Amino acid sequence: MSASLPAVSRLAQPAEAVVGTLSSRVSLPRRHSLHEAMWGWALIAPALIFLVVLFFLPVIGVFVIAFSDWQFGASSLSFVGLANFREVIFDEGFRASLINTVVYAVMVVPGTVLAGLLIALLIESSHSCRALYRAVHFLPFMATATAMAISWEALLHPTIGLINHRLAALGLPVANWLRDETTALPVLAVIGIWQNLGYAMVLFMAGLKSIPLDLYDAAEVDGADHWLDRLRTVTIPMLGPVSMFVVIVVALRAFETFDTVQILTQGGPGHSSEMLLYTIYRESFEYLRAGYGAAVAIVFLAIVVALTLLQAGRMDKRVHYQ
Amino acid sequence: MSAIRLSPAAAILRHGVLVLTSAFILVPFVWMVSLSLKSPGEIFRATFSVLPAQFYGVDNYAKAITSVPLPRYMGNGLLVCALILAAQILVCAPAAYALAKLKFWGRDFIFAMVLVGLLLPHQVLSLPLFILCYKLDILNTYLALVIPYVVSPFGIFLFRQFFKKIPNDIVHAARLDGLCELAIVWKIMVPMALPAVIAFSIFSVVAHWNDLFWPLIAVRDGNLMPAPLGIMAFKNEEAGNDYGPLMAASTLVVAPLLIAFLAAQKWFVEGMTGGSVK
Repeated sequence: MSASLPAVSRLAQPAEAVVGTLSSRVSLPRRHSLHEAMWGWALIAPALIFLVVLFFLPVIGVFVIAFSDWQFGASSLSFVGLANFREVIFDEGFRASLINTVVYAVMVVPGTVLAGLLIALLIESSHSCRALYRAVHFLPFMATATAMAISWEALLHPTIGLINHRLAALGLPVANWLRDETTALPVLAVIGIWQNLGYAMVLFMAGLKSIPLDLYDAAEVDGADHWLDRLRTVTIPMLGPVSMFVVIVVALRAFETFDTVQILTQGGPGHSSEMLLYTIYRESFEYLRAGYGAAVAIVFLAIVVALTLLQAGRMDKRVHYQ
Repeated sequence: MSAIRLSPAAAILRHGVLVLTSAFILVPFVWMVSLSLKSPGEIFRATFSVLPAQFYGVDNYAKAITSVPLPRYMGNGLLVCALILAAQILVCAPAAYALAKLKFWGRDFIFAMVLVGLLLPHQVLSLPLFILCYKLDILNTYLALVIPYVVSPFGIFLFRQFFKKIPNDIVHAARLDGLCELAIVWKIMVPMALPAVIAFSIFSVVAHWNDLFWPLIAVRDGNLMPAPLGIMAFKNEEAGNDYGPLMAASTLVVAPLLIAFLAAQKWFVEGMTGGSVK
């Protein structure tokens, strides 16, 4: 919002320059710029109106609901300060949801990033079957999560599921994966890694392509004969900035997990697999606790904005490979 | 890493690891298709094989299409995706052109608004958007599924980046030829930025074909449900007893995007990674 001041001051400079150089024909550029400005406003008007109605007013709305006692159907509201947030913070369900979301992200982010990096390095190390491997690993990222969750449920089924069947055949312990408090969240995390590792992979593959080949030649001249030396001295350091980008983007995806929770566990058993987006949905639209739901939404927003700004800040400093 | 010739041992190790990870990736897909071809008796039997002992695919797929309105769900999804994409391009391309090539008071402020919009996850806005749709009396209509997405900050941002790369001389030449600004957007800018338009279209269609969160909130009527919400409703109805048709339905929902992806991999990777991969 504070961008309005620099915007005005930046616009003032070219206008002065035009007046200075073309002082004898002042009317022409001025009419021209008015014409241009009117087109500018006309072309941006629909987008601007929708941005305000569909993004900015709703954001204000979430804050109003979170800081007031508004209920569905109520025609008036009064502000109650932090009452909703107090209720949220002292609620066991919310704390479980927040902790679960963080624990889930802590499992999914390293798993996804390391698997994505390993697979990208392996695929790029030779031409053989490169396109095939890349396509296969990218499939889950686009496949409808709801449908794939249904398939995962069948795989994880306690009696007819392939996973328990194979474990039993190997003499290993079986479990009711989605109905057990100790396994529900880790299983969702495995599915999260399965969904996202192809995404991390393509980002790393792009990062690998951007490493100048002469760096490898230089490393070889310096005695890095073994591939492990080249990996250690060139590849990994050059991938640093990309890695940071991948970590944050995957973390954002992890925090926004909803479909698998909704289809597979509904946050259960107990609160053991409840995550923030599912809490927002259930409290707001199933229990119709608008104030509670809005307060959780603001906590969620704060986390997402912090992660995004961290990424944007890094991209501004041009540490991103692009 | 430079593609060097690997030693035979290293090449075998490479294929070994990648075949293993590929198997991990493919198991849910293979399992889904496999169950969609099996009879209920075989699904609940304790022995496992990928191929069905008795081919039951016709029955399962017929049931997924006839006893569940799956064609209706997929048609809804297609319609909603098409309406959203058309609205997004109609709204975003002129806005992006104005931001990229025209000078007007407030431009930088509006661009800052686009960047802020880019930052906001849509799920956070769902409660006020639900109230908005209620006030407009469009809940439980196609409009409710489309309206929240008619403007895409990401679309404006991406198009602006591409439009900025188009030389100003081309814009000036078009003006001298008598084209108005709106004609420049549609006849010059959009065709020249076609890769961005395609990448954005893939991003948008994949996102909305797969979306469960907002349809779950916006529609209750089974006739309006897009595919993910439809198969969720099917699953809840069946309570997990009729795996064959459920897996057939899931396969049919996943298939269009996967087939399109295999046909146009490069475009999909670019679209799904926000153009950050070249």
